[in-house]
Amino acid sequence: MILAVCIKRVPDTNARPQVAPDGKSINPQGIEWVINPYDEFAIEEALRLKEKAGTGEVVGVSVDPDGNESILRKALAMGVDRGILVKGGSMFDGAVTAELLAGVLKNVKADLILFGKQAVDSDSYQVPSLVAHHLGLPRANVVTKLEIQGTKAVCRRQIEGNEELLELSTPCIVSCQKGLNEPRYPSLKGIMAAKKKPLEVLEAPPIEARIEILKMEPPPPRPPGRIVGKGREAVPELVRLLREEAKVI
Amino acid sequence: MPDPILVFVEQRDGKIKRPSLEAVSEASRLAKASGTSVSAAIVGSDVQALAADIGKAGAEKVYVIDDPRFKRYAAEGYAKAVVEAMRRAGATRLFLAATAMGKDLAPTIAGLTGSAVATDCTELKLDGDRLIGRRPVCAGKLFADVAFKKSPGIYTLRPNVFPQSRDGSATPAVETLRLEASDADSRSPVKDVVATAAGKVELTEASIVVSAGRGLSAPEHFKMRDELAAVLGAAVGASRAVVDAGWRPHAEQVGQTGKTVSPNLYIAIAVSGAIQHLAGMSSSKVIVAINKDADAPIFKIANYGIVGDAFEVVPALTEELKRVLHH
Repeated sequence: MILAVCIKRVPDTNARPQVAPDGKSINPQGIEWVINPYDEFAIEEALRLKEKAGTGEVVGVSVDPDGNESILRKALAMGVDRGILVKGGSMFDGAVTAELLAGVLKNVKADLILFGKQAVDSDSYQVPSLVAHHLGLPRANVVTKLEIQGTKAVCRRQIEGNEELLELSTPCIVSCQKGLNEPRYPSLKGIMAAKKKPLEVLEAPPIEARIEILKMEPPPPRPPGRIVGKGREAVPELVRLLREEAKVI
Repeated sequence: MPDPILVFVEQRDGKIKRPSLEAVSEASRLAKASGTSVSAAIVGSDVQALAADIGKAGAEKVYVIDDPRFKRYAAEGYAKAVVEAMRRAGATRLFLAATAMGKDLAPTIAGLTGSAVATDCTELKLDGDRLIGRRPVCAGKLFADVAFKKSPGIYTLRPNVFPQSRDGSATPAVETLRLEASDADSRSPVKDVVATAAGKVELTEASIVVSAGRGLSAPEHFKMRDELAAVLGAAVGASRAVVDAGWRPHAEQVGQTGKTVSPNLYIAIAVSGAIQHLAGMSSSKVIVAINKDADAPIFKIANYGIVGDAFEVVPALTEELKRVLHH
């Protein structure tokens, strides 16, 4: 079984990114980059499926405007067998990313292609479905449970207050949600092995941009916090303010 | 007519999802400002009768794709239906509510039309002949103004941000569309819907959210959060720390690796206010914080804060609200 995992390099969620001097992008200075947290669930799921099958290959694919290979190396350290890095594309234009990924994935011929349900920088939720469209494959997004039964992928997908059950025929695409599994940490042995694993670097062909970012800025500051009082004695005043001043209840 | 707008209206089990009517209302507002038209598309089985509510929210025309095959959601078939409605309407802009279905469907339509999606917009503004979508990135730590370089522009609108209008006509024009069936329409069909939290208020659509964090010190203490939420008819949320600890399911997590919410009122109980949590809720209209640590970061953004022990303050707040709201 060949499993492909698509991963993205994103700013660490512990930091508050700043706007670059151009006023329409994220300032890369001082940012610590990590594997998109949802992609870690995808990597873990691929590794578990390969381990369960006892055979197969896990291929990590990443599109990175800077051609930075650090997160693919980390994925290799977690146990991914080989990496393909596409140098180019854009941090925020998911349609471009999807075309680049589809171009690589059609040659990988994976039985299952796994994604994180969203990248936590662009927050667009669009790349997995766009890749499915380009490759003509079934897909399930925001999946919290995945079971491979022969040539069927049985998926539970999170929706408002419920879950949808989908049965896709493989090859197919699944985007992963927290709760699917508990991602492993790379072992020391894995980190050493990762240095010798194959990592192919491709130059991205030019792709037509679909969107333009005109401006980026932090949200307007909230009014300074106000303490109503201490302990239970403050409760009647809080309720009064919520009713009479804020008028929200 | 410049850039007509089509809105996909989501229904489940024959009931329209409110965020879709918010999207119709916003489309209608923009259409009036730019002198264009708004139509809507509804896809499902036995959904014709829903056209009146869509009209009231501001759609002049409703395309109905009524087919037993579409009783349950299937991304590819629904996408084909919406693209056909766009073609009939001559629409160059498509709005969807940024719900689970909207966020799933939009990129498949983008694939069919060679476009992309501006996801989870919180503001839409006309700039000449461009429609700019303002949307959160990094879970709202930053906002980006996005324009499309190519038609159609596909925008999903965050629930609970755009007001719902009821001034439209209850008798919009209705056109029924028939689609040729093909196998590709149901590549990813939903086989079944499994209830996990029946009767609860959905976090991302709620107008009031009551969240709690690690300060409650044990999973059994979340009962006080639930009791306060019940009095207010609120949805319940949790911080990442308590989800990671396994106290609460991930579906309740608010923050950068959970849900981003913008309710009218957000009550944070014993939540310190880690940066990931703040990113997911700081666009709430009014924030209340209850925390025994006066230096907790959550107080910096809380409109109203009570410094105190949640075990003492929360039950008192629940009692006071019962007294005040039910009289």
